[in-house]
Amino acid sequence: MFSGFDFDVIERSLPYLFKEGMTFTLTLTAMAMAGGIVFGTLLAMARLSSIPMFNVPAATYVNLMRSVPLVLVIFWFYFLVPWIGGWIIGAREPIQVGAFWSSVITFTLFEAAYYAEIMRAGIQSIPRGQVSAGQALGLNYWQTMGFVVLPQAFRNMLPVLLTQTIILFQDTSLVYVLSITDFLGAAAKIAQRDGRLVEMYLFVAVVYFIISFSLSYGVKHLQQRIAIIR
Amino acid sequence: MQYNWNWGIFWQPAPDGTGVYFWWLISGLGWTLSTALLAWAIALALGAAIGTLRTTPVAWVVRLGNAYVEIFRNIPLLVQMFLWYFVLPELLPKALGDAMKQMVPPWASFWPAVLCLGFYTSARVAEQVRAGIQSLPRGQGMAGTALGLTLPQAYRFVLLPQAFRIILPPLTSEFMNIMKNSSVALTIGLVELTARARSMQEFTFQVFEAFTAATVIYILITLVVVFAMRYVEQKVAVPGLISAGGAPMAGH
Amino acid sequence: MTHLSRLFVALFVAGAVCGTAGAQDTLKKIKDTGTITIGHRDTSIPFSYYDDKQNVVGYAMDICMKIVDAVKTNLKLKKLDVKFNPVTSATRIPLMANGTIDLECGSTTNNLDRQKQVWFTITHFVTANRYVAKKSSNIKSLADLKGKTVVSTSGTTNIKWATEENAKRKLGMNIIAAKDHAEAFLTVDTGRAVAFFMDDILLYSLVATSKNPSAWAIGSEAYTVEPYGIMLRRDDAAFKKVVNGAVTRLYKSGEINKIYDKWFLKPIPPKGVNLNVPMSAQFKKVVAKPTDSGDPKDY
Repeated sequence: MFSGFDFDVIERSLPYLFKEGMTFTLTLTAMAMAGGIVFGTLLAMARLSSIPMFNVPAATYVNLMRSVPLVLVIFWFYFLVPWIGGWIIGAREPIQVGAFWSSVITFTLFEAAYYAEIMRAGIQSIPRGQVSAGQALGLNYWQTMGFVVLPQAFRNMLPVLLTQTIILFQDTSLVYVLSITDFLGAAAKIAQRDGRLVEMYLFVAVVYFIISFSLSYGVKHLQQRIAIIR
Repeated sequence: MQYNWNWGIFWQPAPDGTGVYFWWLISGLGWTLSTALLAWAIALALGAAIGTLRTTPVAWVVRLGNAYVEIFRNIPLLVQMFLWYFVLPELLPKALGDAMKQMVPPWASFWPAVLCLGFYTSARVAEQVRAGIQSLPRGQGMAGTALGLTLPQAYRFVLLPQAFRIILPPLTSEFMNIMKNSSVALTIGLVELTARARSMQEFTFQVFEAFTAATVIYILITLVVVFAMRYVEQKVAVPGLISAGGAPMAGH
Repeated sequence: MTHLSRLFVALFVAGAVCGTAGAQDTLKKIKDTGTITIGHRDTSIPFSYYDDKQNVVGYAMDICMKIVDAVKTNLKLKKLDVKFNPVTSATRIPLMANGTIDLECGSTTNNLDRQKQVWFTITHFVTANRYVAKKSSNIKSLADLKGKTVVSTSGTTNIKWATEENAKRKLGMNIIAAKDHAEAFLTVDTGRAVAFFMDDILLYSLVATSKNPSAWAIGSEAYTVEPYGIMLRRDDAAFKKVVNGAVTRLYKSGEINKIYDKWFLKPIPPKGVNLNVPMSAQFKKVVAKPTDSGDPKDY
């Protein structure tokens, strides 16, 4: 059926692929990164706390998320989020969560487990003496964390956090399983409609490669700069 | 809410007449494990070779190895899966492509999935192997060649045995990744564990029971692998060296 | 890691708490939020699919918009936002149950099994389960498919039927599950499977809009009767009454004929193909005497 390749199909569908598809992918990546790092940092702090009420649930959460495939997590949350949401706000019925927000929540919660491990390593890389020094100066826990530990931990871990974000960017393509129109989803719809699988999937691979490769190249540079200062 | 819980569903017969739903899930688990193990064999072999090549003193070999790693690392796994399954057969000579497509299921999706996961993970293993070798003091290789070993011999007898013992913990987590990543193969029709849970949900509408069962099975595998590898790691740890597993790595 | 089990207990408790909540009130929700969410399909031609401008169109979508109008009038709302959420055969029922969508407008078979999870409004089409194959593969009956690879869409009544029939008659068919109808059709087109089991109306549409319609043959035997219904949440009698009322009015006023002709007897987007499927005797009976029965015997 692929009698001769038709690369025009790509040109014709460019506006749809990028305006709908890539916009969804990038927005999802950005929001899940922001949410994931914030929640991940909180998880890391809870996990390092000496109070069982905090460290046990945090460790459980991180280990659970890390032992289940993302595809399964995506299915879980797509069906479960409205019910959890309704339960949290005490509503009698599930709240309505659209495909986009459902994806944002899923990826935030999933990636948070990975960001948490990175931030934990980052916090542990700060010498204990600094925490003691902060406390000696009269800072409380949140002040010590906010002014002394986290800024350094964050900076030390920046390259790893960004690398994880590139992985997140690639992982968002898995929303395909829910028939959501991200970049890959948009391409797949056109590929199936016009019977142009080869052209579309090759194009998608090239676009993902260019973006991920330039980003990881940037991260490598950043890593070298940070490494010198440290 | 109109969700009717029914935990007895696992003991009800599945529509394909092969047994109850519980065995459906177990057969899915079988496919998950066989896909992951075969792909892991490919990933280890290729990854070790390419990771080693990337530490040799030959510049063009290093560059080739780097290019390999970058290609497989910077394209999403799902897209790679589509390339192996949908695109490759169309680019091959027609007879070969048709033969690939007409393999009897589940093989038509099993082999592309194994190859895809194998190559994808080999790039990550190669990265670990390179890091492992480079974490060794430079003097070790030099001492080997000074003793009259050829470069391949120095790798074979001095560098690689140590590197593999050091990178065992990250390799364990790569194995866990390959097992979890095998669920992506459901997009090309492989009925592994996640796909089984999903089709069970479609036939019975018992969403949460099906997904819970799959989740529990994945956790059990993780526990088994983690405990087994912890034992192995203790056995093979290089005395006097801190394990490389402490270094943070982004990944899944 | 024994903590994992604790989290599970917590999850189950959460689930159980959710599970005991009371009946649904979709009308109230629509009134409070001022929005109604319609679940639609990607490739259920001509019921619910994307046209070339990537808008969702179709016969079921037109009927749904009439229902939306009726809901708006019933609630005396000045403005009612309509949101669209894509669903697949596999996700539609869970997404209905968990409140993501309020109406599912597509090509969903109403049957007694599914009524344990969701409700359906009055039947908007009656179709039958058949297969499509390439003429060149010379498939004449189910017996010819013995030992062959076939495909159907996951989450459909058709794949369930094929799976059961395969076991019952010991046909030894290998059944692949595809994500949606277009993917399933493509599976046969690229030679990965020899036949695709689906509702015949969807097969007609796929063949008519394919690159080479004359290369395809649809099986002559119809295996099951599949009445289509628009899906809504279970145990929501008030909402169902409004929806059923809207569809009944559509049928009694004869307006349905205009909508039917538009999608089945005239050229439709994206390719301007005319499906040319006149209204069946079974569906005429439904229009004359609207029913929401999920029992094939009633058609």
